[in-house]
Amino acid sequence: MDALGDATRREIMERLRSGPRPVGELAAELPVSRPAVSQHLRVLKEAGLVAERKDGTRRIYGVEPQAIADLRAYFDSFWEQALAGFKAAAESERRKT
Amino acid sequence: MSNTQAVIAPVHKTMVVDCSPERAFEVFTRELGTWWPLGSHSIGGEKITEVVFEEHVGGRIFERHDDGGEGDWGRVLAWEPPTRFVMTWHPGHDPLQATELEVRFAPADEGTRVDLEHRGWEILAERAQEARSGYDTGWGDVLGHYTRQLGG
Repeated sequence: MDALGDATRREIMERLRSGPRPVGELAAELPVSRPAVSQHLRVLKEAGLVAERKDGTRRIYGVEPQAIADLRAYFDSFWEQALAGFKAAAESERRKT
Repeated sequence: MSNTQAVIAPVHKTMVVDCSPERAFEVFTRELGTWWPLGSHSIGGEKITEVVFEEHVGGRIFERHDDGGEGDWGRVLAWEPPTRFVMTWHPGHDPLQATELEVRFAPADEGTRVDLEHRGWEILAERAQEARSGYDTGWGDVLGHYTRQLGG
């Protein structure tokens, strides 16, 4: 199952990017039922994309950025390093010609 | 931003290099193997004899190894020298887990402005979900796979 292959789940992720929200609040803003929102959140949670915490009797959902963020951060630093090599190569060739 | 479905910000790097856009484009593509940190960031490491960048849409970017083997990095999605190219990015693993790399080259006062965008991280989350339900593996494996293949 594609966690983000569904328009409603992408919509939920977009809304959670600005901060954690309770299910009820999300459901009120979306054209789907509350149980449906809960089901989508469960899929997103299983995919490691959102995390859940309890606030009294409410469940608050937020984006769980760690997994992809780790990989993204790895490439962020990798490209920094690789591009330094690219710059040196491009500029040294120029000096030769 | 063209991809309105993106939920994870692309990696974006920008720099100015002191040469023409034509030269910068050529060094980045045809001459990739001359500056890439192959020892630490590749599939074959010391076995690599060259990195081939097939210069057309659909072309492969791959390593050739001294034992006759090859290692795919991705495929060309857009080829517009000396302005930009786009490729899929999946060194050492399933093309279904490909992210996307776009590099743009534009004339600047001091030479050429190079903009790199590495995007499409959402696909990895989707595949991780499939992997998890399939063989009870998850993010640790996906991350480990990436960093192992790239020597990180």
